[in-house]
Amino acid sequence: MTIPQRQKLGRPLMKLIRLREWPILQQLHIEEQLLRTSSENWCIINDGTREPTIVMGVSGKPAELLEIKPVLHDQVPVIKRFTGGGTVIVDGGSIFVTFICNKDAVPDLQPYPRPIMSWSSLIYNEVFHGTGDFHLRENDYVFGNRKFGGNAQSITKGRWIHHTSFLWDYEIRNMAYLKLPSRAPEYRSARDHLEFICRMKDYISRSDFIDRTVRALGTHFSVESEELEAIQSGRSTKFSPLSRLLTAQEIESASCELESPKSLACFSSP
Amino acid sequence: MALRMWASSTANALRLSSKASLSPAFSLHRCFSSGILDGLKYAPSHEWVKHEGPVASVGITDHAQDHLGEVVFVDLPEPGGSVSKGGSFGAVESVKATSDINSPISGEIVEVNTKLTETPGLVNSSPYEDGWMIKVKPSDPSELGSLMGPKEYTKFCEEEDAAH
Repeated sequence: MTIPQRQKLGRPLMKLIRLREWPILQQLHIEEQLLRTSSENWCIINDGTREPTIVMGVSGKPAELLEIKPVLHDQVPVIKRFTGGGTVIVDGGSIFVTFICNKDAVPDLQPYPRPIMSWSSLIYNEVFHGTGDFHLRENDYVFGNRKFGGNAQSITKGRWIHHTSFLWDYEIRNMAYLKLPSRAPEYRSARDHLEFICRMKDYISRSDFIDRTVRALGTHFSVESEELEAIQSGRSTKFSPLSRLLTAQEIESASCELESPKSLACFSSP
Repeated sequence: MALRMWASSTANALRLSSKASLSPAFSLHRCFSSGILDGLKYAPSHEWVKHEGPVASVGITDHAQDHLGEVVFVDLPEPGGSVSKGGSFGAVESVKATSDINSPISGEIVEVNTKLTETPGLVNSSPYEDGWMIKVKPSDPSELGSLMGPKEYTKFCEEEDAAH
């Protein structure tokens, strides 16, 4: 693995890709490829995604996390991503920010979940300085006690990714597709979705948030913009990402097993 | 930083001795103060390997499970596949992260710990015994020679923690 070029000031290089309304599955595929096959540090900012999409973590079980019948009826896409963490529903009101780093990119940072999470909050402390009562609460970004940013990570031998979906805005009806998770942070205190989350738009504009994020990154890295086409042209055709769209049959089977684990109907559907 | 490290090491040792149900074979081994067992070999990516006859057991160390936090999911391969020294063979999920598990040795996977599907927390409570992950038929036993012994690994962990 080559060590990224360091600028004269000692800040490591970070390449920045800015996207707008890029499909979330394609974003995840790009991220996974960069994590696994690149030796550079990256920041990806995707301002929204066109289609409302449910995104579960690597161990997510649809029957436990989703209201299956409306999800199937409304044909809401469900993705299982390669990182850990919980379930979100994303759409045009979401803003995605991803950091992909070599483990030595941040001095004195141990490549484990909690140190990386803490470090990320330092970046966003700068972004939200003077804006709302921002902090990292357990593993969520909150204003006060209301979540507006969900995090997930993946850590390999020499690199890590920390990505966040921010709720700049959301549709209330979309939250109805998600169940209250059995594994929830303590501070949630059994609140339902609408009592638990808040909108970032009540605190900051989209453009200000993105500009401040890039500026905050610049205090830790030497940031250079990169075009997505440059990455796509160099993509390895051998790489197979783990993030994938679940089929309707998979979602339906999960629901069937939950309702009646030994039902023959679970096995007879086409 | 040093005080916190010592407290963590002592807590790990106590946790191992009081919570973990050490089998007679393991209880005969010395337990280093940092939760590191004698008789095992260790990789810099914090996996351990115990070579017994034709088979070697592999798991993650107490140091690793402590830093990862509560393990909620373990993704392991099927028996019959192969592993390469230093290569990833699976992952654990903890907090909000998936973390790769890398094999300290090369060989054929002959057994996988299926208990970890229902009880992933065994990786935290019993990293060296019930939390074992795969058993491998080594293709090159000489690879074990390049791994760290308990004293070397103890020093490695202390230096790694002190550096951060």
